[in-house]
Amino acid sequence: MGPLSNVESLKFYAPEMVLSAGILLILIVDLIGDRMYKRKGGVSNRKVHGTLALVTLVVAGAVLWWVNHSTPESEVPRGVAIFGGLLARDAFGDFFKYFFLGVTFVVGLMSMRSRDAIDHTDGDRDAGEYFALTLTTTLGLFMMATATDMLTAFLGLELVSIMGYVLAGFKRRDRKSSEAALKYVIYGGVASGAMLFGLSLLYGLAGTTSLAGIKASAAVAASPTTLITAVTLVLAGFGYKIASVPFHMWCPDVYEGAPTPVTAFLSVGPKAAGFAMLIRFFGGALPETLLAKGALLDSSPWPLILGASAAITMTVGNLSALGQQNIKRMFAYSSIAHAGYLLLGLVALSGGGSGSRSILFYLVTYLFMNLGAFLVVIALAESGLGENVDDYKGLGTRNPFIAVVLCIFLFSLTGLPPFAGFAGKFLVFSALLEHPTSMNVFLAILGVVNSAISLYYYARLAKVMFFDKAAEGAGPIKVYGVHAATLTVLAVPTIFLGVYWAPLLDAADQAIRAGAPAVIGAARAVAGL
Amino acid sequence: MTRKVLLAALCVASLAPVGSAFAEAAPGTAPAASEARKVPRLSISPSKLSFDGPGSQTVTIKNTGTATLKVFEIRLLNEGRPDTKQKDGTPTNLPFKWDGSAPMAQDLEPGKTLTAKVKFDPAPSQKQGVGAVQVICNDANLRAMPESTNDATHESSAYGAGIPLRAGEGGMQGWLLVLMVFLPMAGALLIVLIPSKAGKNVFRFVALGTAAVTMGLAVYLFMHFDRTVGVANGNYGLQFVKQFVWIRAFNVEFFMGVDGLSVTMVILTALVSLIAVGASWNIDKQVKGYFVMFLLLETGMMGTFVAMDYFMFYIFWELMLLPMYFLIGIWGGPRKEYATIKFFLYTLAGSVLLLLAIIALYYTSGKPGVLRGVPSLALSDGTPAAHTFNIMKLTYLNNFEAASSILWGIKFSHLIWIGIFIGFAIKVPMFPFHTWLPDAHVEAPTAISVILAGVLLKMGTYGMFRMNFAILPEATHWARTALAVFGVINILYGAFCAMAQTDLKKLVAYSSISHMGYCLLGMAALTEQGMVGSLMQMFNHGTITSMLFILVGVIYDRTHTRGVNEFGGVASVMPRYAALFGFAFMASLGLPGLSGFIAEFLVFVGAFNVYKLLTILAVTGVIFTAAYHLWALQRIHLGKFNPKWEHELKNNDLNFREMAMLVPLAVIVLILGFYPMPALDMMTTGMKDLAAFVESAAPAAKGAAVIAGM
Repeated sequence: MGPLSNVESLKFYAPEMVLSAGILLILIVDLIGDRMYKRKGGVSNRKVHGTLALVTLVVAGAVLWWVNHSTPESEVPRGVAIFGGLLARDAFGDFFKYFFLGVTFVVGLMSMRSRDAIDHTDGDRDAGEYFALTLTTTLGLFMMATATDMLTAFLGLELVSIMGYVLAGFKRRDRKSSEAALKYVIYGGVASGAMLFGLSLLYGLAGTTSLAGIKASAAVAASPTTLITAVTLVLAGFGYKIASVPFHMWCPDVYEGAPTPVTAFLSVGPKAAGFAMLIRFFGGALPETLLAKGALLDSSPWPLILGASAAITMTVGNLSALGQQNIKRMFAYSSIAHAGYLLLGLVALSGGGSGSRSILFYLVTYLFMNLGAFLVVIALAESGLGENVDDYKGLGTRNPFIAVVLCIFLFSLTGLPPFAGFAGKFLVFSALLEHPTSMNVFLAILGVVNSAISLYYYARLAKVMFFDKAAEGAGPIKVYGVHAATLTVLAVPTIFLGVYWAPLLDAADQAIRAGAPAVIGAARAVAGL
Repeated sequence: MTRKVLLAALCVASLAPVGSAFAEAAPGTAPAASEARKVPRLSISPSKLSFDGPGSQTVTIKNTGTATLKVFEIRLLNEGRPDTKQKDGTPTNLPFKWDGSAPMAQDLEPGKTLTAKVKFDPAPSQKQGVGAVQVICNDANLRAMPESTNDATHESSAYGAGIPLRAGEGGMQGWLLVLMVFLPMAGALLIVLIPSKAGKNVFRFVALGTAAVTMGLAVYLFMHFDRTVGVANGNYGLQFVKQFVWIRAFNVEFFMGVDGLSVTMVILTALVSLIAVGASWNIDKQVKGYFVMFLLLETGMMGTFVAMDYFMFYIFWELMLLPMYFLIGIWGGPRKEYATIKFFLYTLAGSVLLLLAIIALYYTSGKPGVLRGVPSLALSDGTPAAHTFNIMKLTYLNNFEAASSILWGIKFSHLIWIGIFIGFAIKVPMFPFHTWLPDAHVEAPTAISVILAGVLLKMGTYGMFRMNFAILPEATHWARTALAVFGVINILYGAFCAMAQTDLKKLVAYSSISHMGYCLLGMAALTEQGMVGSLMQMFNHGTITSMLFILVGVIYDRTHTRGVNEFGGVASVMPRYAALFGFAFMASLGLPGLSGFIAEFLVFVGAFNVYKLLTILAVTGVIFTAAYHLWALQRIHLGKFNPKWEHELKNNDLNFREMAMLVPLAVIVLILGFYPMPALDMMTTGMKDLAAFVESAAPAAKGAAVIAGM
């Protein structure tokens, strides 16, 4: 079945349209809100806009579900291209769409009660903008995850990036926030430029922007040197989104300076979208023939490039995190390290797709534990606690619930059983060792050594909370009910997915297998099969 | 070996194509001789389940005998043709399913039948299919498991069939280990739910109760563990088995069982945990949190010893780390933070290597060149599985040597062996990975030192037996000499370090390192005596060293110092303490008549013919061991009483709680010293099998020497 026409495609674009409608609604309400409810008093801006955003997300999720369940497979199969081949409608994309809706929903919940995100002093004037920007980012993430054409891929990437710049600098009166935004823009601009250059080289070779077209092109297969140059440049763009070394420089400053909910959002959403694009790119765009015959190298060059990147990324991330005093900075480096582990999964994209499957699984576990960890920071910041490691001294006695929950997230991030992070790491390493070549074994060993290193800085926070005494006169800390409830909702799957992860693995498997044929191609291509 | 008639009850009958065993036992062929006594007899019809397309057929299972037929399990087997796998090796879904609910395991009275429907629901590409129903029951005329694997299309296993079931006992025994593992966790949850206001004693008694019930179950295990059951009896020698599929996508099974190797460790864990609750009684800070962590730790330890699925083993292995981290870090001594993170990092560094090795074994298992004896692997419910985490199947059905490639100039199986070994060696702890132990011991509260030395160290050596020895026997032969050398280094180095210590707790910690060296030497000998001696040493060291740490705790509680040189003449004011102290030290230095001697003796006997020089060196270790023990004893208990401790020690002899902890241990040490059979009995059959299995992988040339050694 060929690509659907524009009109036919609209049905499968309904979730995005719901999001767009939500964004417009929020903007309109923001404009006329004063007349609607402000004067009467009582309802605050952020509650109205936050609720609107959350409802939009839920409706978008419901519509996504409805579209898939109301269209019989026989009529329009999954994996069909829509809008003339610009976007894909497949299980892989749907997996990520649900994922992004979940991320944004949690971030929305976080933001409604975060002074860091929305300045409460002038009547929450910024709330409308904030939630509109957040939803627009989600729209961009959707596009990134479904793009099967270089044009839409770049469009999605830029949409997410530009919203990210604004969100990072959302604390207008805060110098650090502005600095973060500026750094983000500059690094983002350079990375986008490099990526565009790479994409134009690919276009020059293949004469088409479609990923499938590039794959089919004989010219691409015939010029491996250009292809490798182009792919390396494109990787710069992806590397910037997923914060892999050496494109990670922006990450600590932006994470520290940006409002914490935005940091949480940036640490999960764009990273996941970056990996979705990477999987599609390696599957959809890279010709297998070159790789199989080893026109340039004896074997496929991609595992080597990705493997080196993964090795450097996780090592640099973990070693840099060791000395951090600011918790948000520490999590920034930790998220760099996690990008490294995820890249390992990409190295291991192999015959059965267990590598990409492990990435999808890992991202979901990462969603729970990382958002959870940031939510703790937000909840405590609302109670006036600082963002330095030492500020958490004695938290175990000041608020045992928060301390225990944070420990769950931290040890899950370390990758200890019985937490979800362990299952994620287990799958990544097992994908690597399924084909125990000397490089894969080396990467796996480096990966576990890195896990052990990471234990030091994660456990340090646990140590500060439980072993150190609170400062004189520090009493119990209370957090908002909504934060505590959200934390519980995040902590439960963090434990559950560590003990019984078959359902999620099946879902990830489904997304890879039944989803994009291109993704399975990817698997082959990278493994050099 | 005499097999009890009732125990021989395990058997498997199957329909075609597994059915040749069944054909021999068809109704009417019952031997006349058995008519004198009542026997159960299994009949399955129809004899073949062949389908020409989707549909369902009824299977009838009938007891045509004269006694009750105990059906332990009814499974559905796939025909296991290669084309039921997808091209990338992942198995398709089992095309045979129970139509409706699966038939339940039950007792069938004579003449009674049990029917179930089997549905054939194939992939579109598959037109025809031949299915098989496998029944595990107590019809003694059917062949026992291991032999019948040869003609099976699928690997047939007798797991879960309940070897230990005897006449008059229900199928509840499978739950015993599950209960022992999760009862402490339930206790921890209960403590979490009780509000902090309830008072410290409530938490203490809940923990005590939980540990005591677990100990009661351990006593039951001790009494009902069948000492004669070995690998030849089916079930790979496991008893009290509980098994079901846990995570299907990765062929992970929930699989618990005990054999001769693990049963003593399970009992030791329950015992030491109970004693340690007593030693925790004077913990006064955050009592609730302490006992939650303590009980979680017990679950972790217990689970590690009974888990027979490698993945599950790893979960429990790691589960133990977190409680330990907090137990030392919150309730420890002055340098607790340093000690606990050191412990955590060392152990984690080791266990992540273990994880990689587990994954590597998993993916190597079940490959055509690796698999031995059976054409393919299956999960416990009969689903075909490409790979397995099942420790028993990794051991007996896979020959990792066969398909080992070379990586970095070293055989892959040897590389895996080293990875696993380092993981466990850190736990033992083996020189040079031992430095975390003295720190952890010195800073840990008494009860946690007891657990640490009494149980945790044994996990290392247990793991070596279970993984290194059983799964990779050939590599074990390759590395055995290194193992023996490290063992002797441990013995001597630990003894010398202990001699130099002035901190009594550190002294005991180094003595642990020294004593674990005997375990290493004994196992490296690969002889039956050596291995049994090693296992015996694990158990005895667990009891003796627990006493030692409690004794150290007693004097530390009173004086807040552990300096060996700061006392003198304590015996004159604390006679009961001195008596038990002397007893424990004598046991620890290996005085004949106490349990420590038996194990060391077995180790030396087992190792001497294999490693003469190393054994002689190790025996000299006994002299140094005696030296530091006696020297410490003398400095603390003999001579003039140091008046500095007048107030603390005089009229302050052991109280009831302390006696209640020490005396039972002392009794065990004494009994096993004179009559070690209760413990040895449990180990012998299992260790004999393990020794024989490892022996079977010996390189021909070396093998002769080992046999001479036996």
